[in-house]
Amino acid sequence: MEEKKHTMTMLVDNQPGVLSRVSGLFSGKGFNIESLCTAPTMDPKVSRITIVTKANPPVIEQVEKQLRKLINVIKLRDMTGARAVKREMALICVKARPDLRAEILRIVDIFRCKVIDVGTEHYIIEVTGDEGKLKALINLLKPMGIKKIARSGSLALYREPK
Amino acid sequence: MKLTGAQILMEILKEEGVDTIFGFPGGAVIDIYDELIKTDIRHILVRHEQGAVHAADGYARAGDKVGVCLVTSGPGATNTVTGIASAYMDSIPMVILTGQVPTQLIGNDAFQEVDIVGITRPCTKHNYLVPSAEAFPRIIKEAFYLARSGRPGPVLIDIPKDVGKAVIDYKPIKEVQLKSYNPTYEPNMKQLRKVVDLVEASQRPVIFAGGGVILSGAAAELTQFARNVRIPVTTSLMGLGNFPGTDPLWLGMLGMHGTYRANMSTGACDLLLAIGVRFDDRVTGKTDAFAAQAKIVHIDIDPTSIRKNIPVTIPIVGDCKISLQHLNQLIEQTDLTDIEKKRQSWLDQIEEWKNTKPLAYKQEDTLKPQFVVEKLYELTKGEAIITTEVGQNQMWAAQYYHFDRPNHFITSGGLGCMGFGLPAAIGAQMACPDKLVIDIAGDGSIQMNIQEMATAVQSGLPVKVVILNNAYLGMVRQWQELFYEKRYACTGMDCAPDFVKLAEAYGALGLRATKPQDVEAVLKEGLAASGPVIMDFKVDREESVYPMVPAGAPITEMLLV
Ligand SMILES: Cc1ncc(C[n+]2csc(CCOP(=O)(O)OP(=O)(O)O)c2C)c(N)n1
Ligand SMILES: [Mg+2]
Repeated sequence: MEEKKHTMTMLVDNQPGVLSRVSGLFSGKGFNIESLCTAPTMDPKVSRITIVTKANPPVIEQVEKQLRKLINVIKLRDMTGARAVKREMALICVKARPDLRAEILRIVDIFRCKVIDVGTEHYIIEVTGDEGKLKALINLLKPMGIKKIARSGSLALYREPK
Repeated sequence: MKLTGAQILMEILKEEGVDTIFGFPGGAVIDIYDELIKTDIRHILVRHEQGAVHAADGYARAGDKVGVCLVTSGPGATNTVTGIASAYMDSIPMVILTGQVPTQLIGNDAFQEVDIVGITRPCTKHNYLVPSAEAFPRIIKEAFYLARSGRPGPVLIDIPKDVGKAVIDYKPIKEVQLKSYNPTYEPNMKQLRKVVDLVEASQRPVIFAGGGVILSGAAAELTQFARNVRIPVTTSLMGLGNFPGTDPLWLGMLGMHGTYRANMSTGACDLLLAIGVRFDDRVTGKTDAFAAQAKIVHIDIDPTSIRKNIPVTIPIVGDCKISLQHLNQLIEQTDLTDIEKKRQSWLDQIEEWKNTKPLAYKQEDTLKPQFVVEKLYELTKGEAIITTEVGQNQMWAAQYYHFDRPNHFITSGGLGCMGFGLPAAIGAQMACPDKLVIDIAGDGSIQMNIQEMATAVQSGLPVKVVILNNAYLGMVRQWQELFYEKRYACTGMDCAPDFVKLAEAYGALGLRATKPQDVEAVLKEGLAASGPVIMDFKVDREESVYPMVPAGAPITEMLLV
């Protein structure tokens, strides 16, 4: 059966140990994690965890059921597909040789990202977007020489009814 | 009301109906023990914390209460892990109270500090490190609620020493509610109606019932259902006793050491009603071949059990008892006049399997372990509570002792944990003081928690241990015989204590039989004794358990005697 990427978000009790219950479930059951983000919500007692995982449909069904079974998971939603918006942020440190600086800035402009640090040898670029946008940007910057990259992992929210 | 944490714990334990605790003291729980002796809760002092957990497990299974253990921090806590893992696999309602170093020392590698919440996270239903005395009452209440509701399981509470001492203003908590925890008890009626249609339409139905039916107290409902619709019943190891072992519709146990007729009928059935089971690999064998011709209905309270190992036609999330009650009502409204006739050829086929390939062993002059269990069954009229160790002894107990009622067969099913039987028997005896409680043991396993003989003697618990002594780690030896060309790597137990003298050393009675002719007399004397007894049966060393399905093979491909 075909493996597919799934983005899941869950509201969990904002308590010590909850993140390790969630991540421990993935490692203990042999599920894979591509990315994981967590931060508090408007309610200080509740955090939101967003996980991107890749698996075939029966495994995804198990992942979701197992997550729901955790006592500290209040609500879980599969955010895969177009009904949710998804964004990821990346900080990319790219080599900036004098002859390429203009080209890099042009790319930054096209992708509507920001240069947030400048040195004689580098730029640090801040970019936010969906997975496709980040991938495209990284592909364009790769030939210039990416020195370091830090990615946030995906965040997702369901679209509200229009 | 101003109370200390330890006093609050006692208050809530009483409120939750706890009258027995299995435990072992130490520095981190000394304040709790100091309060415990002021109550009328009975404390059973074990000799090893693993024993406390298995005893609480046996206590919970033989009775209808949550099993409770109390141990100290560090080594006391780590010694509970195996017992907790076993209870988790078998979904046994338990609360484990562990001491922890004082709050301000946590994380300092303090003396006897261990992160038991981290260690037991994957083998508890839930666990808590108590963050403050104020949070303690709610946590205790939640722990009992979680342990016994939904799919039951062990819940651990790690209690820093200062929480036990702290004085707070205590207000009893009336009700526990968890916004993130809402087990589904009521099944979907539409789905249940489909089940009734399938039951009517099917030619070759089989019921497969598991530990979930026992846990939800639904054995009577299951039996009524099976008899009304004339469907033969098999169970998992954990489900033995769900359906009378003497009923003509009884197929025997399913799986690796299941009966020929149970495995064959599951292979041939066109409808499998799986209730309160989780399709362990020891039951299914090769999953693609399991009940391959059947529509499968799966009823379980835990959604994660459904479609985990086996694809099903009709998934039903719900409590086994409530579901079976609904099914029984629906069946009452259904016209079943022809059912006898309709089932006849299927039941004839099963009868033929039963007669041609019965559960059997080679009759020789030697003392056969199966014979010991048969005699035990006969002499106790099938009324004893049987606990087991793990290995061949466990399988022979399951095969040759027949259970007519639930909660009488207590075994470490999912974890298969050697050393379970004796402490579990102690717990079962505490729950049922008037019952005969017998641990059917192996010579290897019994040595893993033999120290609990002292517990039995001290607490005046007359448990009986029947050792099927083959001087081997017999089940492993059997695999070596069958699949490793008889290379018996490290499975000979060539040095063992003299179990008769050992019993005597503990202040118990020790008896021995070496010939078939001695078995009855030894059993009679041992079972009649008023205190704990070890009976050592020197059995045929290389006897094996049959039928056997090699791991990973279809369950219809059995090795027979
Ligand atoms: C704690 C533990 N360690 C190892 C095993 C692996 N194991 C399964 S059965 C068995 C043999 C048990 O020997 P014994 O108690 O003498 O029982 P027999 O099979 O001989 O009846 C072993 C070692 C286990 N189940 N549990
Ligand atoms: Mg043995």
